[in-house]
Order: sequence, then structure tokens, then C-alpha cells
Amino acid sequence: MTSAVGHHHGPATGITRWLFTTNHKDIGSMYLIFSLLMFFIGGSMALVIRMELVEPGLQVVQPEFFNQMTTMHGLIMVFGAVMPAFVGLANWMVPLMIGAPDMALPRLNNFSFWLLPFAFFMLLSTLVMDGGAPDFGWTFYAPLSTTYAPPSVTFFIFAIHLAGVSSILGAINVIVTIMNMRAPTMSYMKMPLFVWTWLITAFLLVAVMPVLAGTVTMMLTDIHFGTSFFDAGGGGDPVLFQHLFWFFGHPEVYIMILPAFGIISQIVPTFSRKPLFGYASMVYATSSIALLSFTVWAHHMFTVGIPLVGELFFMYATMLISVPTGVKVFNWVATMFRGSMTFETPMLFAIAFIVLFTIGGFSGLMLAISPADFQYHDTYFVVAHFHYVLVPGAVFSIMAAAYYWMPKWTGNMYDEYLGKCHFWCSFVGLNLTFFPMHFVGLAGMPRRIPDYSIQFADFNLVSSLGGFLFGFSQLIFVLVVVKCVKGGKKAEAVVWEGAEGLEWQVPSPAPYHTFETPPEVK
Amino acid sequence: MKSNRKLILQLCGATVGMFLFGFALVPLYDVFCDITGLNGKLELVAKKNTGVIDTSRAIKVQFIANTNENMPWDFVAKDVEMTVHPGENARADFFVQNLTNEQMVGQAIVSVSPSIGAKYFHKTQCFCFDRQVLNGKQAQEVSVLFSLDTDLPDRVKKITLSYTFFDITDLQPVAAN
Repeated sequence: MTSAVGHHHGPATGITRWLFTTNHKDIGSMYLIFSLLMFFIGGSMALVIRMELVEPGLQVVQPEFFNQMTTMHGLIMVFGAVMPAFVGLANWMVPLMIGAPDMALPRLNNFSFWLLPFAFFMLLSTLVMDGGAPDFGWTFYAPLSTTYAPPSVTFFIFAIHLAGVSSILGAINVIVTIMNMRAPTMSYMKMPLFVWTWLITAFLLVAVMPVLAGTVTMMLTDIHFGTSFFDAGGGGDPVLFQHLFWFFGHPEVYIMILPAFGIISQIVPTFSRKPLFGYASMVYATSSIALLSFTVWAHHMFTVGIPLVGELFFMYATMLISVPTGVKVFNWVATMFRGSMTFETPMLFAIAFIVLFTIGGFSGLMLAISPADFQYHDTYFVVAHFHYVLVPGAVFSIMAAAYYWMPKWTGNMYDEYLGKCHFWCSFVGLNLTFFPMHFVGLAGMPRRIPDYSIQFADFNLVSSLGGFLFGFSQLIFVLVVVKCVKGGKKAEAVVWEGAEGLEWQVPSPAPYHTFETPPEVK
Repeated sequence: MKSNRKLILQLCGATVGMFLFGFALVPLYDVFCDITGLNGKLELVAKKNTGVIDTSRAIKVQFIANTNENMPWDFVAKDVEMTVHPGENARADFFVQNLTNEQMVGQAIVSVSPSIGAKYFHKTQCFCFDRQVLNGKQAQEVSVLFSLDTDLPDRVKKITLSYTFFDITDLQPVAAN
């Protein structure tokens, strides 16, 4: 393949390389490093929460600060860690996987990344403001986030606007890249699944991020310009907020999981040394999950008093989503069936993903049963559910992807022993943290409360210990990354024995410029 | 590159479109609720009673009186709960007092739970049809005359009406909601 020499220049030197870069690999790396930083900031907030919940009563923080921690933890993990990590992976891998020289809109790419540090600086700065940071939960329900909000809510609104603009621009870039810049012989049904799932995710982003922008704009005008979108006193409706928020929010949870499905669909065939079972059904399943995600938003609102017809409709629609999701799980298991499997770190994360994500899917199915949801609503059962789909779901898939492609990015093999340590510590830690939450939730422990009844004490202690194990074991990951960037065994072009795809046709590390002439796709 | 431009414009159009759609949802939800009768909103018009009384069942009707947070009035339901037969005429009384020293205008808005009951709850006369003008410290008794439709579904055994008084002193004299 072409190297970095020739009439093209290599990367600029110094800080300007990162400030002005339009290279998809540089921008991808910046996204990934940024999201790792946010992962640690959001994670430390989770540890503050777990520290307070070690035992009943109030000991470490004030309840007001506890509320700020739950809110900021959620916001930072969703908008600062998981979403930018997937955008970073898309930046790095989509052009390599479809045989394109770069993203379609490289300058826009630079702009969408550099919006993020400002957005999150603004969001984090609210922690030191008068009245404290946002404290109304990451779902920022009105009137908590309007009438009763701290003054810093305005900064929160603009941070969401900025992060939203960044996501939308990133999504537009991904769509244009995938639709217009594939290698000439790569038809849609030859695209790797990671590319497919990102294409669908990008359409979801374009469809729902603007609705979120509209919703926070309504909050802004309610707070500062005397409108009454969500204020019953002026003819508005606070429940309208929840409808608008979840119209965005439910597709948003698929935005955070569809690229993960794509990653797992790349990794499992590689380490099973078999082609993916049911490629076409994977594509259709992903598309139907995306479409169905627009019809289920009110299952977050079963207890607000929606009519019986609504309860039934949203219950059945939600349950319907488990069908395409089941197809995917079945296909992954069928791919592994009778494969020549090996268990390198990416595969360990991928298998843990399949098992634990399925557990999260099942608790989701329980929550979908609307009469039962009246018991589960706003308890730790919900917390257990969405952490099971987001931590071993989204986060594990990102970790798996990082281990899988790190040799391609750095040119060096990562330390397999440390990688396995990282995996097992994370695996044990997260199950210790989140599994007991099912039990305390079913027993009625409400979420987002800094104190709890004494009968929940033992399970909460276990959760807290698990939380600290999980949190600190992420430092192993940092060590792995630093070691891998600095050196190690040189990686070959085809890093993994069973790996298929265009990204393995370029040398490791991937040169600064790749695929200046489109490759042949078989 | 030309096809890039077209696709980018389409996607930007979709983004702007979805932003506007978010705002369009505000009236759309109302329209949807109006058509389907969801959300427990009552029609603010008097209905004639058909005169047929279904004595085979009795429905519990409960009244809740609230004031909006910005409304300095006292508002209490004198009849908290009553039992009526579908088709029967009934009357519920409320006490309302302006706690300030100035003249104020209030408007009560009603919400019915379960919302399915809303379209079977007929009001022949209601204080919520009109704006209530109270002088400083003035107290007043207000009432609602109502009947339940004989078509009320069997599974509804209890209906709760929640009235909330809003301050509309500063608003133009138009019928609220």
C-alpha cells in the first residue's frame, strides 16, 4: 500500500497537528482520548455516589451534591464518554473499512471534535458555580430543570446544544462518507457490519438530536423568556417534556448500542475463524431495531398516567424489539458454534458483551411489562437494567474494539497479560456492582437517593466494593494503552489470524494516508 | 463532489426539519389528545342530561381542589366524595377565597382520572366554565352540576376530578384553554 511519502506531506508537528488536523486518524485518536478522559471524570463521580452509599445514613457528601453527582455522572457518560468514543471509532475505522482515503468532510470533522472540549468544559464548570451543578437527573425532567433548577442550568443547556451540534455534524459526515466514498466495488451488502450499524446510527442521530436541541431550547425560553411550554400555570404541560425527551431518549439508547452490535459482529467471526452467521439478517435486524425505537418512547412513562391503550401499545411495541435483538444474539452464538475459537482480550470482552447484554435485555423485557413496571419504576432495578446494557454493552464493546484495533493504530501488540487482567477485574467488578442492584430494586430501593433503609445495607456494600474494583481496574487499561503506544512486539498487517476486511490490508501502524487509490473488494 | 453537496444539503434539511418537528410536537400532542379524548381533558361546554338513570350500579366520584403555585387563593372541596348512579343529576360544592387584598381573576382547570372517564362526565353547569372574579379577601361558594353518562364503561368504578385554580388576572379576558 502507499506510504506517507510521495507528494503528500505527513502530519504537521507540535500542537498545530492536533488543532488544525483534518486527518481522520488524528481526529479519531482525539475523540478516543477525549472520551477516555470523560470516562474517568464520569467514573469518579460514580465512585462518589458509591462512597456515599457504602452504608445507610449521610456520611460523605451533602444530598444536594449527591444529586449533582448522579446528574453529571449520567450526562458525562452518555454525551461525553460513550457517544464520542463511538464517533472516534467511526473516524478511525470507517474510512479504512470501506477503502476511502479519509472522511468525506474533513474540516467539518475537525470542527465537530473541537466543539466537544468546550461543551464539556462548560458543563463541568457548573460544579463550581453558585447554586451548584445541574441536580435534576440526567433526564432533566421539567419542572425540576426549569422552575426549580439551579442558575447553572443555562450553561447546561448550551453545553447540550454544543454537544448536540457536534453529534449531528459527525453523523452527517459519517453518512456522506459511507454513501459516497466506498470503494467502487463495495456494494451496500458487502459493507462490514460496523459500517452498517454506524450508518443506521448516524441516521438516528440526525433524526433525534435536533429534537433534543428543540427541547432544551424550550427549557431555555421557559426559564428566561417567559414562555410556558412545560409550565401548567401558563397553559403548558410538564408531561409534554417527558414525551419530547423520550422521543429523543429512546432512539438515543440505540445510538449507544447499535455501533456496539457492529463491533461485536466484527470481533466474534475473527476469533471464531468463521464468517459471520446471517449477515443479511443482521442488517435487517439492525434496521428494524432503529425503526422500532421511534415507537416505544412512552415505556419510560408508564406511571405518568397515560391511558390504558397507550400502556398496551407501548408495552407490546417494546417487547417487539426483543425479536430483532434476539436474532442478533442468536447469530453471534451461531457464529461461535463449532468455530476454532481463541480467547484473546477482544474476544473475552465480546463474549462478556453477549452474555451480560442479554441479561440487561431480559431485565428490559421485565420492565416493558407495564403492570409490573409500576413496581420497578424509578427503583434500583432500572439502574441495574440500564447499567447492564450500557457498561458490559456499550463500554465493553468500546474496550473490545480498542484491544482489537489497537495494534493497527499503534503498530505494536498490546500486553495480552495486562489486557486479560483488565478484562477479569472489570468483569468481576461490574457484576459485583450491578447485579445486587436488581435485588435492592425489586425490594423497593428508590434510585437517586443518598440514604436508604437499613435492609439494603449489605447489597449496597457489595455494590460499592464492586464499583471501586471496576473503577480502579480501568487504570490497567490506561497502562495497556500507554505501553502499547510506546512499544512492544511489532504487529503484522493482518493482526489476527482470522481477521477479514480492508483495514487489515494496510500495514500496521496504519500510515497517515491510506487508500489514495481505492482497493479491490472481492 | 456534486453528489456530496446534494446529500449534505438533504441531511441538513432533515436536521432543520427534525428541529422544527420537535416544536410541532407541542401542538400535535394536543391535537392527538383532542381527537382521541386522551389526557383527561374535559370539554368546557354544558351538556344536556338524557334523563335515563342506571340504578344498577353506583360510581364513586371524588373531588380534589388545588391551586397553582402562583395562585394565592384558598380552594377547598366541600364534597370530597359522593356516590352517584349513571344518569343521575348531582352537585358538588367548593369553597374559594381570595387571600390577597386586591381584586383577582381566577380560572379553574379540571382534569379527570382515569382519563377514559372524561368523555362520560357531563357537566350541566360549572364554575370552571367562567372566570371567577374575587375582590380582596372575598370568599365564595362555587359548585358543579354534573351527571355521568349511562354508557360509562363497566370497569370504571371510581372517577376523580381534580380542579386547579390558576391566576389569570394579568391575562386578556379570553377563555382559558
